[in-house]
Amino acid sequence: MRELSLNVLDIAQNSIAANANLVNVEAIESTALHKLTLRIADNGKGMTQEQLDAVRDPFFTTRTTRKVGLGIPLFKMAAEMTGGTLEIESEVGKGTTVTAVFKTDNVDFTPLGDMTSTIVTLITMNTHIDFVYNFIKDEHEFSLDTRKLKEILGDVSLSEPSIALWLTEYINENTNV
Amino acid sequence: MKSIEELMALRDAAKAKMTARDDSTEITRIVVGMATCGIAAGARPVMNSFVEEIAKRNLSNVTVAQTGCIGMCQYEPIVEVLEPGKEKVTYVNMTAEKAAKVVVDHIVNGNPVTEYTVGAVAK
Repeated sequence: MRELSLNVLDIAQNSIAANANLVNVEAIESTALHKLTLRIADNGKGMTQEQLDAVRDPFFTTRTTRKVGLGIPLFKMAAEMTGGTLEIESEVGKGTTVTAVFKTDNVDFTPLGDMTSTIVTLITMNTHIDFVYNFIKDEHEFSLDTRKLKEILGDVSLSEPSIALWLTEYINENTNV
Repeated sequence: MKSIEELMALRDAAKAKMTARDDSTEITRIVVGMATCGIAAGARPVMNSFVEEIAKRNLSNVTVAQTGCIGMCQYEPIVEVLEPGKEKVTYVNMTAEKAAKVVVDHIVNGNPVTEYTVGAVAK
C-alpha cells in the first residue's frame, strides 16, 4: 500500500464484512511525540480467540474463494517497520478494534496520505452503515458523524454524487492543518 | 468554506432530481472492486473519478457501488458497468483518467471503450 489511508480503507472493509452498523475511524497525530495512531473500531460480530490468534497470519482468511488474507498482515508490517505496534481487541457479538501506532520520524514511515478520500469512500459506498471520523492533529480536532448528516439529509442518500463532493471538500477543509 | 447550509441546499436539489428520476427506472450501475487487491492497485482514485465525473455531468440515472474481490487480482482495478438490458462490460487495469473516458464514451454516449475491456487486455 502506498499510503496508510489505503490500509485504513482496507481494514474498515473487514468491519463492514463483520456486519457492523457503526464504524469509528480515528487518526491521532502528535508532531511533538512523532507519533501517529490509527484506530478502526466496529460493533460487528467480533472474532473468537482462535480467529484472533490467526488473523495476523497471511495464510488465514475467512474467505472461501482463496487461502490468503493480507489486510491485517500488511497493516501490521507497516506499523512495525517504523518501530510501532498493531493491536487487535475483539469479542464475539461486541465488535473489533484495530489500533496501529506509527513512529512518524522513522525512515520507513509510510505517509498517511489521503484520509479524506478513504472516509468519503467508506461513507458513500456503505450508506446503510454509520461512520464516525475523529481527526486530531496536535491542537486541532475535527469530528464527523454520519448519523448527524443523515438527520439533515432525510431521504437523500450520502452516495448522491453532489453530496459526496461536498463531503470531500468539507472534510478536506477541516483536516488540512 | 463548505457549510451545513450548503449541504441543505444540495439536499433540496438532489430531492428535486430524485422526483425527476422516478419516471425512468433505467439505472446504470458502475461497480468497482474494492478488496485488498483492488485498493492496493489503485481502486480508490478510480472510484473517486467516477463519482466526480457523474456529479460534474449531473447524470441522474447512474450509481457507483463497490464490491469485493472480482477474482482477477492481476487486472485490478476492475470496474464493471451494468446497463439495463445490455451485456455487462468489464474494464481492467483502470485509472482515474480511464474512468473519466468511460463516463464520457460509454455512459454518456453509449460506446463502450473496447481497448480497456478485459476482452482486449486478457489475451
